[in-house]
Amino acid sequence: MKKVTNSDIIRLGQVVADIDLADAGAAAPGDREVSGVYCSDLLSDVMGGARPGEVWVTVQSHLNVVAVAALKELAAVVICGGRSVDVSILKKASEEGVVILLAKQSAFEVCGRLWELGLRHED
Amino acid sequence: MHGPSPAKLLYHFHIVGQDFTIAGEVSSKIRRILQQIGASPDTIRRISVATYEAEMNVVIHADEADVTLEADAGIIRITIADHGPGIPDVEKAKQPGFSTASEEIREMGFGAGMGLPNILRCADDVSIDTVVGEGTRITMEFLNSPEA
Repeated sequence: MKKVTNSDIIRLGQVVADIDLADAGAAAPGDREVSGVYCSDLLSDVMGGARPGEVWVTVQSHLNVVAVAALKELAAVVICGGRSVDVSILKKASEEGVVILLAKQSAFEVCGRLWELGLRHED
Repeated sequence: MHGPSPAKLLYHFHIVGQDFTIAGEVSSKIRRILQQIGASPDTIRRISVATYEAEMNVVIHADEADVTLEADAGIIRITIADHGPGIPDVEKAKQPGFSTASEEIREMGFGAGMGLPNILRCADDVSIDTVVGEGTRITMEFLNSPEA
């Protein structure tokens, strides 16, 4: 099974292209390294469980998502299910250096695709 | 500059209750200060989680709060004293999953009952003084430990 190793680093730009995510236009995805994935809609669960450099998959699309992603040093937030984000969120995310990505697919589909790329959340 | 200053650093902040548009900003400011004073990445991560949870508790439940950040010889202390409803049963509030947040707030992904458990897990020492109908003071201490 393909898994992430040091010699097989997955970059955020590659994730965006491979699973057809839209860059919402906050901070640029660029070549940030993705360390894994965390999927949750409970902000405290993300605060407690996500690790730096992970991509956060969620259906939450309000302003506080940006604060959580910034404080946890996450690689990006993927907002699923075709939801749109308010301009105020993009402005805040730009200021904080947070990448916001939009997925038409459900959170389940997005997580499945991320798993196929070899990304994990190892305990 | 050479090495950390021996002087004790003291900062004050204010949290406005019920305003979700600026919620998390005090935690962000504290995080930037900790980066500037050279706290270890692990310490900064633990403090970020704990202060964010405490800040959100104020935003969700209280009217306002005064925040103090003290950094001194390897110990970082953050005190958040709010005017708010107080906590009737602190032991219950510490239990994972217990929350008194409204349905509306839960829909935003808050009120999972993970706030105090996250704080207790991240801080090296926590004390909570609370008076129902007046407010709550939480003091969190963190050892500025180098990366394990």
